[in-house]
Amino acid sequence: MTNSRFAAQADRLIKYFDGKRAVDGVSLSVPEGSIFGILGPNGAGKTTTIRMMLGIIDPDEGHRTLLGSDRPLSVAHDVGYLPEERGLYPAMTAKEAIAFMGALRNLPLAEGRRRAPELLARHGLEEWVDKPIRSLSKGMAQTVQLLGTIVHDPKLIVLDEPFSGLDAINQGKLEEMIRAQAARGTTVIFSTHVIAHAERLCEQVAIIAKGKVAFSGAVDEARGRLRPVVHLKTRAADGPWQSALPPGAKPNGGGEYVFELPESGPEPLLKALIDGDAGIETLSIERPGLHDAFVAIAGQAAADEMEQGR
Amino acid sequence: MRWPEWIRAAFVIARRDYQATVFSKTFLFFLLGPLFPLALGALFGGVGNQIARGDEQSPRIAVVSSVEDYGKLVEAQARIAPVIPRIARVEMVHVAPSDDLVRQRQEILAGGQGDVIGVLEDPLGEEPHFIGGTGGDNSSVKQLALFIEEARQAEAAPPGRTQLKLTQQERVAASIETVRKLLARAGQMLLFVLTLLLSTMLLSQMLEEKGNKVIEVLAAAVPIDSIFVGKLFAMLAISLTGIFVWFLAGAAMLAFFYEPGAGVNVLGAGPAIGWPVYLLLIPVYFAMSYLLIGAAFLGIGAQASTAREVQILSMPVTMFQVVLLLIAFAGVGRPDSWQAIGAAVFPLSSPFAMLGRAAEDAALWPHLLALAWQALWVALILKFASRMFKRSVLKSGPRGEWRKWFGRPARQ
Repeated sequence: MTNSRFAAQADRLIKYFDGKRAVDGVSLSVPEGSIFGILGPNGAGKTTTIRMMLGIIDPDEGHRTLLGSDRPLSVAHDVGYLPEERGLYPAMTAKEAIAFMGALRNLPLAEGRRRAPELLARHGLEEWVDKPIRSLSKGMAQTVQLLGTIVHDPKLIVLDEPFSGLDAINQGKLEEMIRAQAARGTTVIFSTHVIAHAERLCEQVAIIAKGKVAFSGAVDEARGRLRPVVHLKTRAADGPWQSALPPGAKPNGGGEYVFELPESGPEPLLKALIDGDAGIETLSIERPGLHDAFVAIAGQAAADEMEQGR
Repeated sequence: MRWPEWIRAAFVIARRDYQATVFSKTFLFFLLGPLFPLALGALFGGVGNQIARGDEQSPRIAVVSSVEDYGKLVEAQARIAPVIPRIARVEMVHVAPSDDLVRQRQEILAGGQGDVIGVLEDPLGEEPHFIGGTGGDNSSVKQLALFIEEARQAEAAPPGRTQLKLTQQERVAASIETVRKLLARAGQMLLFVLTLLLSTMLLSQMLEEKGNKVIEVLAAAVPIDSIFVGKLFAMLAISLTGIFVWFLAGAAMLAFFYEPGAGVNVLGAGPAIGWPVYLLLIPVYFAMSYLLIGAAFLGIGAQASTAREVQILSMPVTMFQVVLLLIAFAGVGRPDSWQAIGAAVFPLSSPFAMLGRAAEDAALWPHLLALAWQALWVALILKFASRMFKRSVLKSGPRGEWRKWFGRPARQ
């Protein structure tokens, strides 16, 4: 099962909580150096899966490897983890908090104290180096914790719902930080229930719903599961060109047809529209987004839950 | 030398906890807390003693006699006085007889010779006479009668010089036995109070991490065992810091107020194992007691998720400690009885029982055996507690088994 090309692998992980399967046979393979998204609504089993992969809790069945080891805590020095529930000691200064998090993962305290001010300065927090955490805003505290997650230069970074609670500006900064880490060759795994973040950042995703993996692979592959969508508006309401449209395609309230591109491709459709004097007003062929793929893979109900969780 | 990873991680956790606690303002209150009753006790004790001394000055008696007779009386007093409690001993003042004895007596009783309670006339004559006011039990007059009797006998024959040869034997002399029993119970009480005061703090130790939500950061980076060991030893170090400060304060007070010869001679009798080893065993057994009970409390407290739950837990936990003390008390005075051995074998009461044993029995090897036994149980309890913690606490799904019974119903 162990494969050096993968930074993390899970094989049929199962976890019961009070007799109920919270995670039901999850399998994942995270390629080294990739940005990997775990997508799913709240309560889908994302956090429990992450906790099992990191060795915080043990699976009831199945097994996992992290950086090639089946004892995840033995490689904890090369891992950085930002949990969903952020937590720092309020009385600690920002510098000490970062150094302490590094020390937990074997970075000498003195080195952590040396790196912390540099990291804080790079993220515009130089004035807060010696300020206690309790005096920082929520966004600042989250940045401090994130810096504590990367201070020891880990090979793998795991971020559980890193965007939640951040405003748009800080979300943008976080995306930049994730890309910068990936550019250095660090593998980044993050969970989210916001499809847009996964779509912008990830090369690979796993879609988890009700404790099971509904899809795992490249984002393009997920989107490729759906046919492109045609948006068509014509001046003529009727005509022989309609036979080129898929059966059941009807105009919506605005007179626009929305349908999947037929297997035969765009050319026969275009020819039929022109030859049949449809009077094309607007025509677009759009590649489906990850949201559409998610709806197709996990179902509308799961997609609705994701929307509610935002 | 490289430490094993779990010890290194435990040290990182312990260092953080120790610094966060000891270098905080609230630690000053923690240190001062036990000093308040000590200082008040010393203050009121000192004032009380002063008042007592003022009230109970030795009764002074004027002795109207020849210098020769007075000398004999003083010699007799010197022979008898050691067996009379110091506070009750009469103090004699010599007054040479004048021509008018009646008038002289009146002048003395009116305060002419200072503060005296009475006048003793012609002590070694035919009819010794005491005129004055004595306490309710007439002990002053009885002492005077004894002095006179002793002086008269000494005139008839020289006083005896009998010397009693004294050989101190361990566990034979009833007096030493009593003192050591006292010492055993006092040591156990001290251990109990310190453990009670300090170990209940461990109940809320994990609450901070849960409240701050730091627990997951810790659990993802280091083994849960390291978190438990780190927290436990940090609290032990914090407690020992406090005990060291209190010990210094106590020693300073003792040096200031201690009067040799007053009260029971505990220092002289000493514990059977000897003072140096006994004084070493107190912090060692405190550490063991703290680690044993603390490991259990840390495990129990780790299951609690609110301060309210911790408060509810602390009462049965305190009662449990009282039971441990009573078990250890049962063996005092009979170090080889089944009660004493049973209390020493039961891990949680073992430190109390063994400290009691140290006061009464000189053998050292049982302590080495007991310490190894206790250390084994510290490891076992810690392992069990951390496993429980890992099983029941770190899950994002429904609430844990423990809280299902003791907490509020799960919110769906």
